Amino acid sequence: MTTIELHSDPLVIAGESFRSRLILGTGGAPNLELLEEALTASGTEITTVALRRVDPSAPGSLFEVLRRTGIRPLPNTAGCFTAHDAVRTAQLGREALETDWVKLEVVADERTLLPDPIELLDAADQLVDDGFVVLAYTNDDPVLARRLEEAGVAAVMPLGSPIGSGMGIRNPYNLAMILEAAGVPVVLDAGVGTASDAAQAMELGCDAVLLATAVTRARDPVRMASAMRHAVEAGRLARRAGRIPKRLYAEASTSDEGLADMG
Amino acid sequence: MSDLLTVNGDGVPVPAGTTVSELLALLDIEPRGVAVAVDGEVVIRRTWGERSLATGERVEILSIAQGG
Repeated sequence: MTTIELHSDPLVIAGESFRSRLILGTGGAPNLELLEEALTASGTEITTVALRRVDPSAPGSLFEVLRRTGIRPLPNTAGCFTAHDAVRTAQLGREALETDWVKLEVVADERTLLPDPIELLDAADQLVDDGFVVLAYTNDDPVLARRLEEAGVAAVMPLGSPIGSGMGIRNPYNLAMILEAAGVPVVLDAGVGTASDAAQAMELGCDAVLLATAVTRARDPVRMASAMRHAVEAGRLARRAGRIPKRLYAEASTSDEGLADMG
Repeated sequence: MSDLLTVNGDGVPVPAGTTVSELLALLDIEPRGVAVAVDGEVVIRRTWGERSLATGERVEILSIAQGG
Protein backbone atom coordinates (compact mmCIF):
# COMPACT_ATOMS: atom_id res chain seq x y z
CA MET A 1 0.00 0.00 0.00
CA THR A 2 2.63 2.49 1.13
CA THR A 3 4.94 1.49 -1.68
CA ILE A 4 2.24 1.91 -4.29
CA GLU A 5 1.22 5.28 -2.92
CA LEU A 6 4.78 6.59 -2.91
CA HIS A 7 5.43 5.36 -6.40
CA SER A 8 2.32 7.04 -7.74
CA ASP A 9 3.42 10.32 -6.14
CA PRO A 10 6.59 11.28 -7.98
CA LEU A 11 8.66 14.42 -7.49
CA VAL A 12 8.68 16.26 -10.81
CA ILE A 13 11.37 18.85 -11.56
CA ALA A 14 11.61 20.40 -15.03
CA GLY A 15 9.52 17.57 -16.47
CA GLU A 16 11.63 14.77 -14.98
CA SER A 17 10.16 12.38 -12.42
CA PHE A 18 11.83 10.98 -9.32
CA ARG A 19 10.48 8.44 -6.85
CA SER A 20 12.63 9.68 -4.00
CA ARG A 21 11.95 13.08 -2.45
CA LEU A 22 15.29 13.12 -0.67
CA ILE A 23 18.29 14.72 -2.37
CA LEU A 24 21.47 13.74 -0.56
CA GLY A 25 24.59 15.85 -1.04
CA THR A 26 28.03 14.25 -1.18
CA GLY A 27 29.76 16.88 0.99
CA GLY A 28 31.37 15.99 4.29
CA ALA A 29 31.57 12.20 4.04
CA PRO A 30 34.69 10.79 5.71
CA ASN A 31 35.47 8.55 2.72
CA LEU A 32 34.01 7.35 -0.56
CA GLU A 33 33.06 3.88 0.73
CA LEU A 34 30.85 5.30 3.47
CA LEU A 35 29.46 7.85 1.04
CA GLU A 36 28.43 5.15 -1.40
CA GLU A 37 26.76 3.12 1.36
CA ALA A 38 24.94 6.20 2.67
CA LEU A 39 23.77 7.20 -0.81
CA THR A 40 22.38 3.72 -1.36
CA ALA A 41 20.69 3.59 2.07
CA SER A 42 19.08 7.00 1.49
CA GLY A 43 17.35 5.86 -1.71
CA THR A 44 18.24 9.20 -3.29
CA GLU A 45 18.15 9.57 -7.06
CA ILE A 46 19.94 12.94 -7.21
CA THR A 47 23.16 13.92 -5.45
CA THR A 48 25.03 17.20 -5.42
CA VAL A 49 28.71 17.47 -6.32
CA ALA A 50 31.17 20.37 -6.35
CA LEU A 51 33.92 21.32 -8.82
CA ARG A 52 37.47 21.67 -7.62
CA ARG A 53 40.96 21.59 -9.13
CA VAL A 54 41.73 18.09 -10.30
CA ASP A 55 43.86 16.08 -7.87
CA PRO A 56 45.37 13.03 -9.59
CA SER A 57 46.68 11.76 -6.21
CA ALA A 58 43.19 11.69 -4.61
CA PRO A 59 42.19 8.17 -3.54
CA GLY A 60 39.24 6.64 -5.39
CA SER A 61 36.91 8.38 -7.76
CA LEU A 62 33.62 10.08 -7.00
CA PHE A 63 32.80 9.66 -10.66
CA GLU A 64 32.99 5.88 -10.23
CA VAL A 65 30.68 6.02 -7.20
CA LEU A 66 28.11 7.87 -9.29
CA ARG A 67 28.48 5.42 -12.15
CA ARG A 68 28.10 2.37 -9.89
CA THR A 69 25.07 3.71 -8.02
CA GLY A 70 23.42 5.24 -11.09
CA ILE A 71 22.55 8.35 -9.08
CA ARG A 72 22.17 11.52 -11.11
CA PRO A 73 24.83 14.11 -10.21
CA LEU A 74 23.73 17.70 -9.68
CA PRO A 75 26.73 20.04 -9.92
CA ASN A 76 26.64 22.96 -7.50
CA THR A 77 28.27 26.37 -7.37
CA ALA A 78 29.41 26.08 -3.75
CA GLY A 79 32.12 28.52 -2.79
CA CYS A 80 30.93 31.27 -5.15
CA PHE A 81 30.33 34.76 -3.76
CA THR A 82 29.44 36.57 -7.00
CA ALA A 83 27.08 36.00 -9.91
CA HIS A 84 30.10 36.05 -12.22
CA ASP A 85 31.86 33.17 -10.42
CA ALA A 86 28.63 31.19 -10.03
CA VAL A 87 27.87 31.42 -13.76
CA ARG A 88 31.42 30.31 -14.67
CA THR A 89 31.23 27.43 -12.18
CA ALA A 90 27.85 26.35 -13.55
CA GLN A 91 29.33 26.32 -17.05
CA LEU A 92 32.22 24.17 -15.81
CA GLY A 93 29.75 21.76 -14.19
CA ARG A 94 27.88 21.51 -17.46
CA GLU A 95 31.07 20.53 -19.30
CA ALA A 96 32.28 18.15 -16.59
CA LEU A 97 29.02 16.22 -16.25
CA GLU A 98 27.26 17.01 -19.52
CA THR A 99 24.15 18.19 -17.72
CA ASP A 100 22.21 21.46 -17.91
CA TRP A 101 21.07 21.07 -14.33
CA VAL A 102 22.74 23.16 -11.64
CA LYS A 103 22.27 23.78 -7.95
CA LEU A 104 22.85 27.53 -7.83
CA GLU A 105 24.47 28.70 -4.63
CA VAL A 106 25.80 32.25 -4.23
CA VAL A 107 26.67 33.05 -0.65
CA ALA A 108 27.39 36.33 1.07
CA ASP A 109 30.11 35.40 3.56
CA GLU A 110 31.94 32.44 5.10
CA ARG A 111 30.53 32.89 8.59
CA THR A 112 26.84 32.54 7.71
CA LEU A 113 26.99 31.03 4.20
CA LEU A 114 23.64 32.78 3.72
CA PRO A 115 22.64 33.39 0.10
CA ASP A 116 23.41 36.86 -1.27
CA PRO A 117 20.03 37.78 -2.77
CA ILE A 118 21.33 40.37 -5.25
CA GLU A 119 24.03 38.13 -6.73
CA LEU A 120 21.75 35.08 -6.59
CA LEU A 121 18.99 36.67 -8.66
CA ASP A 122 21.51 38.07 -11.15
CA ALA A 123 23.11 34.61 -11.58
CA ALA A 124 19.69 32.92 -11.90
CA ASP A 125 18.73 35.35 -14.68
CA GLN A 126 21.96 34.69 -16.60
CA LEU A 127 21.82 30.91 -16.22
CA VAL A 128 18.17 30.61 -17.24
CA ASP A 129 18.99 32.71 -20.33
CA ASP A 130 21.88 30.32 -21.04
CA GLY A 131 19.53 27.30 -21.03
CA PHE A 132 20.29 25.92 -17.56
CA VAL A 133 17.77 24.11 -15.37
CA VAL A 134 18.37 26.10 -12.19
CA LEU A 135 17.64 24.79 -8.71
CA ALA A 136 18.23 27.85 -6.58
CA TYR A 137 19.40 27.71 -2.96
CA THR A 138 17.75 30.73 -1.37
CA ASN A 139 16.88 32.44 1.87
CA ASP A 140 13.51 31.71 3.48
CA ASP A 141 12.30 34.99 1.99
CA PRO A 142 8.94 34.69 0.19
CA VAL A 143 9.63 37.73 -1.98
CA LEU A 144 13.00 36.46 -3.16
CA ALA A 145 11.49 33.05 -3.84
CA ARG A 146 8.87 34.71 -6.02
CA ARG A 147 11.48 36.75 -7.87
CA LEU A 148 13.52 33.61 -8.54
CA GLU A 149 10.45 31.84 -9.88
CA GLU A 150 9.74 34.82 -12.14
CA ALA A 151 13.34 34.56 -13.37
CA GLY A 152 12.53 31.02 -14.50
CA VAL A 153 14.21 28.71 -12.00
CA ALA A 154 13.03 25.08 -12.00
CA ALA A 155 12.91 24.82 -8.20
CA VAL A 156 13.31 27.15 -5.26
CA MET A 157 15.30 25.75 -2.36
CA PRO A 158 14.85 27.81 0.80
CA LEU A 159 17.05 27.15 3.79
CA GLY A 160 15.64 25.92 7.08
CA SER A 161 18.65 27.45 8.85
CA PRO A 162 22.31 28.06 7.86
CA ILE A 163 24.23 25.34 6.00
CA GLY A 164 25.63 22.74 8.36
CA SER A 165 24.04 24.35 11.44
CA GLY A 166 21.64 21.49 12.16
CA MET A 167 19.18 24.05 13.58
CA GLY A 168 16.21 22.69 11.64
CA ILE A 169 13.45 24.95 10.33
CA ARG A 170 13.83 28.27 12.13
CA ASN A 171 10.96 30.04 10.39
CA PRO A 172 8.17 27.64 9.44
CA TYR A 173 5.83 30.60 8.84
CA ASN A 174 8.04 32.06 6.10
CA LEU A 175 8.33 28.60 4.60
CA ALA A 176 4.51 28.31 4.62
CA MET A 177 4.26 31.62 2.73
CA ILE A 178 6.78 30.40 0.13
CA LEU A 179 4.88 27.12 -0.26
CA GLU A 180 1.54 28.82 -0.62
CA ALA A 181 2.72 31.04 -3.48
CA ALA A 182 5.14 28.73 -5.32
CA GLY A 183 4.34 27.41 -8.77
CA VAL A 184 7.57 25.37 -8.95
CA PRO A 185 8.78 22.64 -6.59
CA VAL A 186 10.01 23.84 -3.21
CA VAL A 187 12.96 21.90 -1.79
CA LEU A 188 14.03 22.52 1.79
CA ASP A 189 17.79 22.95 1.52
CA ALA A 190 20.12 23.37 4.50
CA GLY A 191 19.67 23.28 8.24
CA VAL A 192 18.32 19.76 8.66
CA GLY A 193 19.92 18.22 11.75
CA THR A 194 17.98 15.04 12.26
CA ALA A 195 15.08 13.00 10.93
CA SER A 196 12.30 15.00 12.58
CA ASP A 197 13.49 18.16 10.76
CA ALA A 198 13.14 16.40 7.41
CA ALA A 199 9.71 15.04 8.36
CA GLN A 200 8.61 18.52 9.44
CA ALA A 201 9.66 20.00 6.10
CA MET A 202 7.55 17.45 4.26
CA GLU A 203 4.61 17.88 6.65
CA LEU A 204 4.69 21.63 5.96
CA GLY A 205 4.27 20.82 2.26
CA CYS A 206 7.78 20.90 0.81
CA ASP A 207 8.18 18.82 -2.34
CA ALA A 208 11.57 17.45 -1.31
CA VAL A 209 14.42 17.84 1.16
CA LEU A 210 18.09 18.36 0.29
CA LEU A 211 20.64 17.60 2.98
CA ALA A 212 24.24 16.49 3.33
CA THR A 213 25.91 17.27 6.66
CA ALA A 214 23.13 15.72 8.76
CA VAL A 215 23.98 12.38 7.17
CA THR A 216 27.64 12.60 6.25
CA ARG A 217 28.75 13.94 9.67
CA ALA A 218 26.40 11.79 11.75
CA ARG A 219 28.15 9.21 13.96
CA ASP A 220 26.70 6.51 11.72
CA PRO A 221 26.08 8.06 8.28
CA VAL A 222 24.50 4.94 6.76
CA ARG A 223 21.97 4.57 9.57
CA MET A 224 21.14 8.28 9.42
CA ALA A 225 20.71 8.07 5.63
CA SER A 226 18.12 5.37 6.19
CA ALA A 227 16.45 7.47 8.92
CA MET A 228 16.20 10.42 6.52
CA ARG A 229 14.71 8.26 3.81
CA HIS A 230 11.95 7.10 6.17
CA ALA A 231 11.44 10.58 7.62
CA VAL A 232 10.90 12.11 4.18
CA GLU A 233 8.49 9.33 3.22
CA ALA A 234 6.62 9.60 6.54
CA GLY A 235 6.39 13.38 6.30
CA ARG A 236 5.06 13.21 2.78
CA LEU A 237 2.46 10.60 3.69
CA ALA A 238 1.37 12.61 6.75
CA ARG A 239 1.02 15.74 4.61
CA ARG A 240 -1.18 13.92 2.13
CA ALA A 241 -3.15 12.19 4.90
CA GLY A 242 -4.05 15.53 6.49
CA ARG A 243 -3.20 16.08 10.14
CA ILE A 244 -5.83 16.74 12.82
CA PRO A 245 -6.16 20.32 14.05
CA LYS A 246 -4.34 21.22 17.25
CA ARG A 247 -6.66 21.95 20.19
CA LEU A 248 -6.05 23.09 23.75
CA TYR A 249 -8.24 20.54 25.52
CA ALA A 250 -8.78 16.83 25.13
CA GLU A 251 -11.20 15.24 22.75
CA ALA A 252 -12.12 11.69 23.72
CA SER A 253 -11.47 9.11 21.07
CA THR A 254 -13.62 6.61 22.97
CA SER A 255 -17.38 7.03 23.01
CA ASP A 256 -19.24 7.50 26.34
CA GLU A 257 -22.17 5.51 24.99
CA GLY A 258 -22.89 2.24 26.86
CA LEU A 259 -20.69 3.21 29.79
CA ALA A 260 -21.38 0.92 32.78
CA ASP A 261 -23.21 2.34 35.80
CA MET A 262 -20.83 1.86 38.71
CA GLY A 263 -23.42 3.48 41.10
CA MET B 1 59.90 25.09 -29.33
CA SER B 2 57.82 24.90 -26.19
CA ASP B 3 55.19 26.99 -24.41
CA LEU B 4 54.95 27.71 -20.69
CA LEU B 5 51.41 27.43 -19.33
CA THR B 6 50.07 27.98 -15.83
CA VAL B 7 48.03 24.91 -14.97
CA ASN B 8 46.06 25.05 -11.72
CA GLY B 9 48.54 27.59 -10.46
CA ASP B 10 51.77 25.76 -11.43
CA GLY B 11 54.08 26.45 -14.39
CA VAL B 12 53.95 23.61 -16.92
CA PRO B 13 56.11 23.56 -20.09
CA VAL B 14 54.41 21.92 -23.08
CA PRO B 15 55.31 21.46 -26.77
CA ALA B 16 54.25 24.44 -28.89
CA GLY B 17 50.69 24.22 -30.15
CA THR B 18 49.54 21.72 -27.51
CA THR B 19 45.74 21.45 -27.48
CA VAL B 20 43.53 21.05 -24.41
CA SER B 21 43.04 17.35 -25.23
CA GLU B 22 46.81 16.87 -25.57
CA LEU B 23 47.45 18.67 -22.27
CA LEU B 24 45.06 16.32 -20.43
CA ALA B 25 46.81 13.30 -21.97
CA LEU B 26 50.23 14.77 -21.11
CA LEU B 27 49.17 15.17 -17.47
CA ASP B 28 47.56 11.72 -17.44
CA ILE B 29 44.16 13.15 -16.53
CA GLU B 30 41.12 11.02 -17.33
CA PRO B 31 38.77 13.38 -19.25
CA ARG B 32 35.54 11.99 -17.75
CA GLY B 33 34.03 14.31 -15.15
CA VAL B 34 36.55 17.03 -15.99
CA ALA B 35 36.07 20.64 -17.11
CA VAL B 36 38.61 23.12 -18.44
CA ALA B 37 38.80 26.92 -18.40
CA VAL B 38 41.47 29.05 -20.07
CA ASP B 39 42.00 32.61 -18.80
CA GLY B 40 38.63 32.42 -17.06
CA GLU B 41 36.67 31.25 -20.09
CA VAL B 42 35.16 27.75 -20.12
CA VAL B 43 36.35 25.62 -23.03
CA ILE B 44 33.49 23.59 -24.49
CA ARG B 45 34.27 19.87 -24.34
CA ARG B 46 33.78 19.23 -28.06
CA THR B 47 36.38 21.89 -28.90
CA TRP B 48 39.14 20.46 -26.67
CA GLY B 49 40.82 18.86 -29.69
CA GLU B 50 41.05 22.17 -31.57
CA ARG B 51 41.82 24.68 -28.82
CA SER B 52 45.58 25.12 -28.80
CA LEU B 53 47.26 26.74 -25.83
CA ALA B 54 49.86 29.53 -25.85
CA THR B 55 52.57 30.74 -23.48
CA GLY B 56 51.22 32.66 -20.50
CA GLU B 57 47.72 31.25 -20.65
CA ARG B 58 46.18 30.24 -17.32
CA VAL B 59 44.57 26.84 -17.53
CA GLU B 60 42.23 25.57 -14.83
CA ILE B 61 41.43 21.85 -14.87
CA LEU B 62 38.59 20.89 -12.57
CA SER B 63 36.87 17.67 -11.67
CA ILE B 64 33.89 16.75 -9.55
CA ALA B 65 34.50 16.61 -5.83
CA GLN B 66 32.36 15.94 -2.76
CA GLY B 67 30.12 18.91 -2.05
CA GLY B 68 26.74 19.72 -0.54
